[in-house]
Amino acid sequence: MGLKRNVGLLKGLRYKGQGPMLTFVLHRIGGLGMAIFITVHMLASFLGGKGGSFVNGIYESWAFQVFIFFCVFFHAINGLRITIVDLFPKLIEHEKEAIWVEWAVFIPLYGIAVMVIIKTALGG
Amino acid sequence: MTPAKSRTLPLSKRGLSFETLMWFFTRLSALAMYALIIFGLIGALVMGARNQMNFADVMRWAFMPNNTHVQSTNVPDLAPWASSLWKLTASALMLVAVAHGVHGLVVIADDYVASEGGRKIVRLLSIVMMLSMSGIGLYIVWTS
Repeated sequence: MGLKRNVGLLKGLRYKGQGPMLTFVLHRIGGLGMAIFITVHMLASFLGGKGGSFVNGIYESWAFQVFIFFCVFFHAINGLRITIVDLFPKLIEHEKEAIWVEWAVFIPLYGIAVMVIIKTALGG
Repeated sequence: MTPAKSRTLPLSKRGLSFETLMWFFTRLSALAMYALIIFGLIGALVMGARNQMNFADVMRWAFMPNNTHVQSTNVPDLAPWASSLWKLTASALMLVAVAHGVHGLVVIADDYVASEGGRKIVRLLSIVMMLSMSGIGLYIVWTS
């Protein structure tokens, strides 16, 4: 056990994990994104005052909403796939297909959310 | 041809540890959050979201049913959105999400912190973070 990976960053990026690897990375980015930004959002709401409304003002901007919606939607939909496959281990044989279904659910849902957020930002 | 041996180990040989239980908790809490989010979604539609909110607003409410999340919409009266039912739903969702999220941070930290002492510190910090964020979350939900 240890952290001697002997793999450089560039080599790591060229690792051909493909679909499952991509979902793993995005799941982690989404989870970390939520953990960091929701913690800050909660602290800002708790402390209130000028600093609090400054931070929450950033959170209400359309660009930030587009980012946090990505984190939440991807983490939720990918998490449901992981949960289903883990609780019914026989389904692991269809993991590739499950990931395609996942994208087919995620892209329209997230697409509509982004469209609505940007449309509202442009003034309805 | 002999039939394939079952690979299912009895519970006593599986090494049921705290980490195994948390692995299971992560999956179950995901399902619990789905149930709470769908409950919030249906509640929003019952309270008239169809005509007063856009898709992003409804999802923001469903993911955390706190009345401040619908302040910027065309909802005429915030009172039904601030009822005890929604405060209880928001509290449940927040507590489950904090536990799920803090454990997720421990899993990520374990990928980079390998020493036994380091992992103990990570776990201690995670318990402090979980308790404090749960308290702050409850305060926000019940005072907003």
